[in-house]
Amino acid sequence: MDKTIAGVAEAVADIPDGATVMIGGFGGSGSPIELIHALIARFKATGSPKNLTVINNNAGNGKVGLAGLIDHDMVAKLVCSFPRSVDPKAFTERYLAGKIELELVPQGTLAERIRAGGAGIPAFYTPTSYGTQLAEGKPVEEFEGRPYVRERWLKAEYALVKAELADPYGNLTFRMAGRNFGPLMCMAAAVTIVQASKIVPPGGIDPEHVITPGIFVQRVVEVPNPQQEETLLRAGATL
Amino acid sequence: MTTTPLTNAQIAWRAAQDIADGAYVNLGIGFPEMVAQYQPAGREAVFHTENGILGFGEAPPKGEEDWDLINAGKKAVTLKPGAAFFHHADSFAMVRGGHLDVAILGAYEVAETGDLANWSTGPKGVPAVGGAMDLVHGAKRVAVITDHVTKDGKPKLVKRCTLPLTGVGCVTRVYTSLAVVDIANKRFVLREKLSGMSVADLQAVTGGELVIDGSVGDLVVPAL
Repeated sequence: MDKTIAGVAEAVADIPDGATVMIGGFGGSGSPIELIHALIARFKATGSPKNLTVINNNAGNGKVGLAGLIDHDMVAKLVCSFPRSVDPKAFTERYLAGKIELELVPQGTLAERIRAGGAGIPAFYTPTSYGTQLAEGKPVEEFEGRPYVRERWLKAEYALVKAELADPYGNLTFRMAGRNFGPLMCMAAAVTIVQASKIVPPGGIDPEHVITPGIFVQRVVEVPNPQQEETLLRAGATL
Repeated sequence: MTTTPLTNAQIAWRAAQDIADGAYVNLGIGFPEMVAQYQPAGREAVFHTENGILGFGEAPPKGEEDWDLINAGKKAVTLKPGAAFFHHADSFAMVRGGHLDVAILGAYEVAETGDLANWSTGPKGVPAVGGAMDLVHGAKRVAVITDHVTKDGKPKLVKRCTLPLTGVGCVTRVYTSLAVVDIANKRFVLREKLSGMSVADLQAVTGGELVIDGSVGDLVVPAL
């Protein structure tokens, strides 16, 4: 078994218009910048993919990575918890102009909805958001005397995730807090595409240290020395 | 006798005095992050950041940031010995599952019912919630640190919140620039106040009724 793909362009070549795409990362930490930029490059060359629904914690910063995807008008809808950043202009302008749809989800609920999607659990109850605007229209049930809000799973056709090490089976490790949504999104997407800083031979990751088992991963592509959103922004990068 | 309101650092210091040795603590982004600087000597708290770290420490020197090592406010942090990384579902299991001892958050308004409004100032602009709605239902103790009044002098401790709620009946203690107030049985119970302020003075800048239940101490903090 070998899930290795030669390059980032090839890895994202089949993502169609209108696809739902989970993108890992919390701000720039764990953001799969090279995979996102490969999607943007494809869009610039072919006009596709567009009308994407993107699931991420944030809405990007500046004009690189996720913000670049939004800035090129490739995103029709964003599902996120915190669409603010140091420079949120790409999203903010389009949102206020009604050009992009926002589904705002509390962060822990977002994580659990993705986990549930990957685990085959169509709905669950959480105390989060009870009695607030974000619970409007959602069923409420009491358990042991406390009210809980019913939330639905989240699934996607594709996930773009950044890992530290991968092997050809798709077993993964992550780097520091860059792990964040990665393991959950790997589970919840039909096709999970991973960029790893290094691809090692089978056995190159101690089974005790595997964070995401390869069954949740369909494609791995090696991206040595990956870029960091924060470093790109400080260098004034745009796309 | 003083009537000088506490600075943010002093409010943070006061809140830090109530964090027990061995506590697992989440500090909201912005002002609450200051609480970590004022841990009493001899007590060790472990700080949780919802993006996936237990046991982080202070900011690194400029130029030594690692942008995979950040806190919920997306600021660079360092690790203490014994730190751990985990993914977001585990992180919020720690939150919602009741494993955190204390969460300390900022506020636009806190009601005598314990309701908190701290995520939205109304329908204008871009709404953003982050982990606030999860945190208020997770920790064993949810405390708020805040100025006692808004920049316009309006009470932030109110009878009922007018802004969109973060959570219902979740806050149990409020540390302000003028007082320490507990919330119990849907009432504000005054615990400490500035020594030079009368209860009537304090009541005049508080939106809900301040109940006296037991002794009221002086709110004493060091110069910081």
